Amino acid sequence: MKQKIGLAVGVVLVLVWCLLPVAWILSLSFKSQSAVSNGSDPGFLPLDSFTGLDNYRAVWEDDQFRRAIINSIGISLIATLLSVMIATLAAYAIARLEFRGKKMVLTTALAIAMFPVVSLVSPLFDLWRTIGLYDTWPGLILPYMSFTLPLAIWTLSAFFREIPWEMEQAAQVDGATSWQAFRKVIVPLAAPGVFTAAILTFFFAWNDFVFGITLTSTENARPIPAALSFFVGPDPFQRPAGLLAAAAVIATIPIVVIVLLFQRKIVAGLTSGAVKG
Amino acid sequence: MTTTVATPETDATKGPKGKRTPPQLTERARHENNLGRRLVAPAVVVMLVVTAFPILRALWLSFYSYSLTAPEEREFIGISNYVTALTDQLFWRDIGITVLYMVVTVAFELVIGFAFALVMHRVIFARGLIRTSILIPYGIITVVSGFAWQFAFTYQNGFVNGWLPFIDADFNWFGDTVPAVIAIMVSEIWKTTPFMSLLLLAGLAQVSEDMVEAAKVDGATWWQRMWKVVIPNMRAAIMVAVLFRALDAYRIFDNIFVMTAGAQGTESISFLTYRQSIEQFQLGMGSALAVLLFLSVLLVAFLIVKLFRVDLAQARGE
Amino acid sequence: MAAISLKNIVKKYGDGFPAVNDVSIDIADGEFVILVGPSGCGKSTLLRMIVGLEDITSGDMIIGDRKVNDLAPRDRNLAMVFQNYALYPHLSVYENIAFPLRLAGAEDSEVDEKVRAASKTLELDEHLDRKPGNLSGGQRQRVAMGRAIVRDADAFLFDEPLSNLDAKLRGQMRTEISRLQKRLGITTVYVTHDQTEAMTLGDRVAVLKRGVLQQLASPRELYENPGNLFVAGFIGSPPMNFLPAEVEGTSVKLPFGTVEIGEEKAAKARDRGLLIAGIRPEHFEDAALVDQDTTGSSFKATVEVVEWLGNETYAYIPFEAPPEVEKQLKQLEEDLDGESLRTQLVVTLDGSSRIAEGDEAEIWLDASKMHLFDPATGENLTVDRDHAGQIVGESMAAAAEQPAAAG
Repeated sequence: MKQKIGLAVGVVLVLVWCLLPVAWILSLSFKSQSAVSNGSDPGFLPLDSFTGLDNYRAVWEDDQFRRAIINSIGISLIATLLSVMIATLAAYAIARLEFRGKKMVLTTALAIAMFPVVSLVSPLFDLWRTIGLYDTWPGLILPYMSFTLPLAIWTLSAFFREIPWEMEQAAQVDGATSWQAFRKVIVPLAAPGVFTAAILTFFFAWNDFVFGITLTSTENARPIPAALSFFVGPDPFQRPAGLLAAAAVIATIPIVVIVLLFQRKIVAGLTSGAVKG
Repeated sequence: MTTTVATPETDATKGPKGKRTPPQLTERARHENNLGRRLVAPAVVVMLVVTAFPILRALWLSFYSYSLTAPEEREFIGISNYVTALTDQLFWRDIGITVLYMVVTVAFELVIGFAFALVMHRVIFARGLIRTSILIPYGIITVVSGFAWQFAFTYQNGFVNGWLPFIDADFNWFGDTVPAVIAIMVSEIWKTTPFMSLLLLAGLAQVSEDMVEAAKVDGATWWQRMWKVVIPNMRAAIMVAVLFRALDAYRIFDNIFVMTAGAQGTESISFLTYRQSIEQFQLGMGSALAVLLFLSVLLVAFLIVKLFRVDLAQARGE
Repeated sequence: MAAISLKNIVKKYGDGFPAVNDVSIDIADGEFVILVGPSGCGKSTLLRMIVGLEDITSGDMIIGDRKVNDLAPRDRNLAMVFQNYALYPHLSVYENIAFPLRLAGAEDSEVDEKVRAASKTLELDEHLDRKPGNLSGGQRQRVAMGRAIVRDADAFLFDEPLSNLDAKLRGQMRTEISRLQKRLGITTVYVTHDQTEAMTLGDRVAVLKRGVLQQLASPRELYENPGNLFVAGFIGSPPMNFLPAEVEGTSVKLPFGTVEIGEEKAAKARDRGLLIAGIRPEHFEDAALVDQDTTGSSFKATVEVVEWLGNETYAYIPFEAPPEVEKQLKQLEEDLDGESLRTQLVVTLDGSSRIAEGDEAEIWLDASKMHLFDPATGENLTVDRDHAGQIVGESMAAAAEQPAAAG
């Protein structure tokens, strides 16, 4: 009984920990701008400063923010798609084939996973300006791909390793070419893994900030996190907290939806490569 | 049965009736070798294009005095940039602050994450709800987390001062180094603890229930079971989680940018590098800092691996 | 359907260790051949070389009249049942069975006809729409066989197909496989480490030890005329007893006493000093239950443990062996993956025997069935070569190892 109570307390603590700041920013997004700036309603919940959806309306009417959403969705999706495709091939090779240079690939991936992104920004900034990728979608898609590949390869090769070898050999004996065995047996079996890798990749791209602020300068390619940090309301000396909160909530909606739909897969993917052995 | 296909060299030299054996075996091995290389090639190219070339270019630029505001005045100055950086107090203070961020956040994440993992491991009801909740901080944009906590800590409209009894209502968290660093750490810890707890949960799941029960029968208390049975058996998971999180924390940037913009001495080494190259257009100095940052990450990784004897083969799932 | 011929097959891995060493086996069209041996004997590797999942280092693999060394598995037209069945979890039972036909680009009508025929044979009709994950072990096993029989494959290959089933099901499936093979009359190669499967299923059995073929013979021949100590110890359960022995004239001196054997056998083993005698447990009996006028010898010994099984009784009698014999027996035990801790005699007595633990019992022995082995080479000196199939064994292995060592 004592244990049960302890457990219930633990559960509540976990939930409060995870959801309190989310609730806070949600509450903030319903407070009026004036109340936030003069501190007239400092409580956790919007009481007399409740403004309904005003902040959301204002954010939505902001052209820069709308562009940022489109940029973020487009860039993240394209980067995810390409990254996962390339990673699937590489992960299959790493999990299933013997070839020289495999260690090198794994080491490269590991090194890049640990790479300090900021140390790249100045040369990339310089390079992108020279070759005309600065402030474009491909200019962000490329770095997103390189930095999500290690994660995707990692997750996927863990999934591939779990598919029994026999499955593929059986297909070969049944008369399949290597390609047919890959297409008809391995890919369908790996599909859940590929999907999981895609979600994790998407999260990474969606969350990126450093590339977003350094490799863009206008709403041409600026993604949401960068747009949020540069978001200036009518008063340049006071951050428009209500508007920012509304924008932050909007930026969080896709994450919440994905988490709600695929929580099981995400947990499996996050923990797959990490604790084998 | 292993299905390792031997490399061509060894087979060619060791075949008993050497004449006709090597070609066909080599062919399959060579085919596999080629296929493997072709399949990883795109990934390797993409990974290297955006990292290897820029870092080499940074290395090269770091020997120049090069400012974007005056590009034509670019001039080779040898290791002057490094000397300047390494003799500057600011550089060492930022390194110190960065290490502080890393050590404190990882320590808190480890302890809180482990507690969360224990709760999730034991709980039977509402698993889906907990899993969803725990994934939200993980998935949320760091910038959003930074904003949420910044607003929570500001004295004009935040709730923190009101909720903490020992804090004055008008205490300015962002007015001094220590409280500002604490605020940044809170945001960082909040966002990444769930990830840590998931890794630790996976490690917990691998500790066999039989072993824990055996310890119970042998008369071990809860603490003894944790310290002598559970934790030693999930060492690998803990070490991998620590390594990954520590390297991540060492590169802290987003939260600082959003919450203090580096003011009040909260600047990390990543932020310093960013400020030099992007805000002040000092590409030469910025590149030198980038190289130093890169080297310091390598050093940190090396130290963690050596210190905690992390088995990276296990981390790779092999 | 086709004959399969293995000619001097060698398989070496990167480290130069021969997993399969100079194995030659001719499998006739329609024959059921078992590859058997303890783990690590190369039997699975050999099977995988036949099907093309493993490269052949040297030697020729001939199926029908084609040399298939360089052909990919899909070009060899063989069907294989894997140890873990290798069913495709994302496909229904129907599509699993249809998979090879679909790959070959067969018409839907033809696919349907063949799948239904196979499922009828294997009694899978009511499971066709289910996914393999929802099937029991035996059903999965049948689906794997279904996938093999829908094709007009030249031969069936089985890789320890029953090892994941429980004992009762294993017996049933064994009969099933045997019946199916007889009905289809298809050439079959079957790998197992279970000697019961080897004895009951095969037309001929190939016994392998560390990559070397020891003996290739019918089950009866293997049992009655094992070519060497290894085969003798591997085939039979409980295993053959090995005792130190010396031949003088026509009598053999054993630890428990002296017994008489025929002149024909004695001649082959005379004047060779210390030998190892091999006697199967069932060639002993409680002397009290044997007719007085039956030929054979008897001796007295103290029974240490008795296991009564109803229809029969196992009695265990410890004995001391001289060091040189003991060393050879230890080595043999290791080769057989065994872990026998002491030298003891196992005798099978009739279930009605009243011998109890600790008794000084009189045991009768049919010495005419005894074999005598050379302790140094393990060779069976008293083997009846006309009824022992093909004995390859140690001497060949030694010869085959020489070029390898030189290379």
